[in-house]
This record gives sequence, structure tokens and C-alpha cells, in this order.
Amino acid sequence: MYDRGKIIIGLVIFVLLVTIPVWYNRGTTRTAPELVKPTNANSCVLPVEEMRAKHMQLLNTWRDEVVRTSDNSSIVIEGKAYPKSLQLNCMECHTSKVNFCDKCHDYSSVRPYCWDCHIAPVE
Amino acid sequence: MDQKRRTFLKVAGISTLAGLGAATGVGRLIGGAESAMAAAEEAQVNASAQNGTGQNAACGDACINRYGMLIDARKFREDPTLGERVVLACHREHNVPNIPIKKDEIKWIWMTHYDNAFPEQANLYRDEVNAQFQLPILCNHCDNPPCVRVCPTQATFRNADGIVMMDYHRCIGCRFCMAGCPYGSRSFNWSDPRPYIDSADMNRDFPTRTRGVVEKCNFCDERIRKGLLPACVEACGDSKAMVFGNLNDPNSEIRQMLKQHHTVQRNPSLGTLPSVFYIV
Repeated sequence: MYDRGKIIIGLVIFVLLVTIPVWYNRGTTRTAPELVKPTNANSCVLPVEEMRAKHMQLLNTWRDEVVRTSDNSSIVIEGKAYPKSLQLNCMECHTSKVNFCDKCHDYSSVRPYCWDCHIAPVE
Repeated sequence: MDQKRRTFLKVAGISTLAGLGAATGVGRLIGGAESAMAAAEEAQVNASAQNGTGQNAACGDACINRYGMLIDARKFREDPTLGERVVLACHREHNVPNIPIKKDEIKWIWMTHYDNAFPEQANLYRDEVNAQFQLPILCNHCDNPPCVRVCPTQATFRNADGIVMMDYHRCIGCRFCMAGCPYGSRSFNWSDPRPYIDSADMNRDFPTRTRGVVEKCNFCDERIRKGLLPACVEACGDSKAMVFGNLNDPNSEIRQMLKQHHTVQRNPSLGTLPSVFYIV
């Protein structure tokens, strides 16, 4: 192998650069964000685990049903009707975007564009 | 060796032909069954549409409802402040930004002169009334909407009520629809509209738009669903300056009014079949 020395040094530098996030954050642990739960309701439209994993799919489904097929029937759970709306339903209980949505989205570095158009509650 | 190749080619050719023939035969059989099923389904859809219970999401030729509007320009001449009130009611309801730069402005409904609204009816000798007064114009919610045809993402579409809707989630801001619309009913958000909306006065039950999407009048779809009249119609009060209703229902108020009055549509020769009618 020609230029063995140069190639190996280069590879070492490359590997170090690529693994920066791993060794730079070594030893620092971050705790999962604590969410402020709504006080005016005990249950959501789906169980907590499902909401945590699938709220984005649920919102997309609602959006398609309401906007595209004009199906704005409410979801009825235990006699209570929940309209299929982020702005008019979810935020009725989760009254704070900063203390609810943003907590996890910031933690996991996700930037959904919901709030570019939908109006967040006044805080 | 030669003999063997010869026989191999013969066998291969014949079996290929046989295979192709069998495939098309089977394909035709399956296809036939499928098209028969599709025809049966279509008949069912048609039947339910006639009963008035069916929901046609795609809304091709047969919309169940076709909402329309009749605008009486005479009433707007009688009450010169009415136009402003109507525009304000709509723009406040839908968080339409008030952008002072003329070329960036966003409009859902606005007042304009007769000559701009009806360029086909231009007259060399204009009458004083039409030269002086303005009438409101908005999206015509055409029965044959060119904007829907040109939209590459189906962000604009006709819903089951015959309303030409915008799905801002899908809009990519290509502005084909703006080029397609012969009425200039569409506005493009060149910048974030939020700074131009008065946050104290905004309707917190309705979203705003974002930079890079095209927006227009939605015939107050969100209000119609709740059984309310469009905001502009409501702003007219009992004056009947604007009448809203289902054009597919022969007994609706708007159809009765259309029967009694001579009305005009904007640029009828374009074949867009507008759902907004005017008494001038």
C-alpha cells in the first residue's frame, strides 16, 4: 500500500470527526422531559402509549378526513364528543404548547410545521 | 449440434407463444370480472347519490350540493358602507392579513368597479352608476374550475358541497392555479402573513396561512358545516344584498331569486360555469 502513513492518519481523523457526537456528549445524561398533564381531563382520545407513539399519524388521518372528505364527525368516547381538530380539540385540554408540545419536540429535535398556520393557545 | 439448436429454438418459441397467449387469456378473464364489479359499484354509488345519502369525496361531475351566491349590486349602491363591512367581516373571520404593499396583498373578497368585474360587458359609453359604484367579487366556486385542473398536487379540489377548497398542507406554492384562474381570485403568500394580522382582533378558531401557499375564499366551509351562513352574507343582515344557497335544490331561496331576476355571471364565455351570480 502506497502512502500508508497518510491514509491511516486520515482515516483516524475521519473516524474521530464522525464520532464527535458520541465522545463529546459522553458522561452527560439527559432526562426525558416531564410533561404537564391537563387538569381538566383524565383521559385522551387514545391510551397514553398510543398517543405518544402515534399522535402524528392520528393528526394526519384527522386532517385528511376533515379537509379532503368533509367528514368532520366527532369522536365519541364515554359520551363525550371530541371534534377532529388540533386547534379546537387537543389544545382545549393541553392548554400550553410550550409546556406540552414543545417539551418533547425540542428534546427529540423534531420541528413539526403545525403552528406555522394553526394558532397556539395564548400563554 | 446444429440440429439440437434448431429443435431448442422451436420448442422455446412455441412455449413462449403459448405462455403469452395463456397470460392474456387469463388477464382478460380477470379484467372482465373486475370491470363488472366496478360497474356494479358505480351503480350503487349513483343510487345512493340520488337518495341524497351518498358522499362523493372526489366530486367529479356529480356533486350532491352545489353552493352558490347571488349578489345584488343595487343594494351595494344603496348602502355605500355595506361593501366595506362585508370585506371586513370575511377578512376578520378568516385571519386574512392586511398587507399594505399592493403587489403582496391577500384578498378573499373585495370591492371593484363593474368594468373590472365584467370585462366582457365593457361598453364604450359607460353609464354613470357603474362608473361610480363598486360591487364585491370573490372566488366563483366554478362548476368547471380551471384551478383544480391545473393543480399538480390536488391541493385545490372540489368537495361534496361543490366548494372549491384549498388544502394548505398540500400546497407547494407553484401558483399554477393563480395562472389558471381567470378571475384573479387567488392570492399568494410571499411572506409570513402573521405579522400583518392584528393579534388582538384575530379569530382564534380558524388557522392563518403560512409563507408559500396560495389562498382564497372557501365559501365559509367551516361555517356551513355548523349550519351558519357565510360571514359576508351574515354581514349583509336582512338586506338580501347577498343570498347564499344550494343551486342543486330547485326549491332553495337562491334558485327562486334566480328565477325572478335577470342575473349575470363573470366571463361566462370561458366555460368555467361560475356559482356566483350578480344582479347589476
